[in-house]
Amino acid sequence: MATQPATHDSRPPGFLEAAANWIAGLGGLVMNWVIAVEDMIEFFLRMVGWIFRRRPRADTLLPNFYQVGVLSLPVVALTGTFIGMVLAVQSHAQFRQLNMETRLGAVINMSLVRELGPVLAATMLAGRVGSAMAAELGTMRVTEQIDALSCMGANPIYYLVVPRFIACLVLIPCLTIMADFMGVAGGYFYSIYVLDIDRVHYLENSRNFVGTYDLFAGVFKSLFFGAAIAVVSCYRGFHCDPGAEGVGRAATSAFVISFVLILMLDFFLGIMLDNVYLMFWPEGQSLL
Amino acid sequence: MIELRNVDMTFGRGHVLRNINLTIPRGQTLVIIGESGCGKTVLLKTIIGLTRPTRGQVLFDGKDLAQLSEAELAHERTRYGFVFQLAALFDSMTIGQNVAFPLREHTKKTPQEVREIVFTRLAEVGLPEAVMRKKPAELSGGMRKRVGLARALALNPELMLYDEPTTGLDPIMSDVINELILRTRSASPVTSVVVTHDMHTARKVSDRVLMLYPLSRLKADEPQAIFDGTAQELDRSRDPRVSQFVNGEAGERLMELRQLSSSQSLRKY
Repeated sequence: MATQPATHDSRPPGFLEAAANWIAGLGGLVMNWVIAVEDMIEFFLRMVGWIFRRRPRADTLLPNFYQVGVLSLPVVALTGTFIGMVLAVQSHAQFRQLNMETRLGAVINMSLVRELGPVLAATMLAGRVGSAMAAELGTMRVTEQIDALSCMGANPIYYLVVPRFIACLVLIPCLTIMADFMGVAGGYFYSIYVLDIDRVHYLENSRNFVGTYDLFAGVFKSLFFGAAIAVVSCYRGFHCDPGAEGVGRAATSAFVISFVLILMLDFFLGIMLDNVYLMFWPEGQSLL
Repeated sequence: MIELRNVDMTFGRGHVLRNINLTIPRGQTLVIIGESGCGKTVLLKTIIGLTRPTRGQVLFDGKDLAQLSEAELAHERTRYGFVFQLAALFDSMTIGQNVAFPLREHTKKTPQEVREIVFTRLAEVGLPEAVMRKKPAELSGGMRKRVGLARALALNPELMLYDEPTTGLDPIMSDVINELILRTRSASPVTSVVVTHDMHTARKVSDRVLMLYPLSRLKADEPQAIFDGTAQELDRSRDPRVSQFVNGEAGERLMELRQLSSSQSLRKY
């Protein structure tokens, strides 16, 4: 059965044909995205089903808690400290022109607690843990370890995804609080000891502008970030293409998709939380 | 014990299996041979329900795998043992934990009882107790494959599935694996399906041989299973596709290679 060499049509496509091809390509891309999102939602629902069907085992849960929580703590603390100090440096130049240096406490701490703390902790988690999850599960897929689990009558989602999801969900608030705390400490240190801002006014402004609701809003958002990181990373690992290239792509795309999702969720949750605040405290102070 | 009815399997636009009908009686050792890409491994994974056929049915003891719930399928799978091509041992666990996994998952045995069974299973495949504390990465390919066999045998399965059990092993280790397959069958009345392209394995362990052919090389009305019989009949087959595979002759593939390379060089100029 001989194979005939393919004949190539060298005629360049006309404008209409090229436009039609472009639209068809775009349509295909959108279709693939819709299918992937549908798959991911189904994957998430199956995982939620397993959370309630059977209690997770301690021997699968604890290593993930250690990986997600303990090992992420130093890097989250370090980046939190630096972002607090960077905020002080950047805001100081602007606020000095207005002679409002003591307001730095409000700006730094509000930005940290509501936005930067949760987003930064989530970004670090997506980079450090999300990519590792996708690569690990992807390697397990490629080397048939996930199939082996199924063959032994063990559900891979229960064994591999549920513990990772719970670890991310439970520990991301702790990491966020750590990032907040270190950021606040870093900003305070730089403002008071380096920029020589009046300590009493700095603290007074911080207290006046940053409330419990702001801390709650940041931590509440982080729960969604943690869930998104775990679901996206595990999904990408489970649906990894064969070979080293496939594993690499899974790890990279896990981070990129998680990061985009974190920012999108941050935006929508931010709007929602502001509305909730204004609903309960319509006369309340502006949220800055 | 296993019955496949009109099984078709497609991945995207690629057709891998077409109208496969197969009955495997209890106690039989069926060897599925065929060149790479002919759908052997897909067929094996379809038998255990890891891949669902695009069309057709897979029956295990009369039960359609597609009709079973997730929990029922998980339960049925405890009756299977699957030896993967690259062993598929869990990297994060020691060898002992790997072999103990199905026991811990599906039985209520004490840690001491599990340990004893693991030790016995490893001894059956010729591995010492010291191996139990090692990680899979510390073992050679042959040892990993034997651990994979020990793990598959942990629950005394009724059906053993082997995916290319001797691929990538030296001839001596290949023969050890063949012996272990035979010993497994003689120790208990197990039904076995072995996917391989190693003719030595096919001749040594089989009661029956099935040969699949890649669909890309078949016409629409030709059956994909081009041989079904004993190993002796296989050697006497007059079908050139079968005899070329059995004797390891490239035949018309060499012609294709020449034609392809000449057309490539023509295109260059």
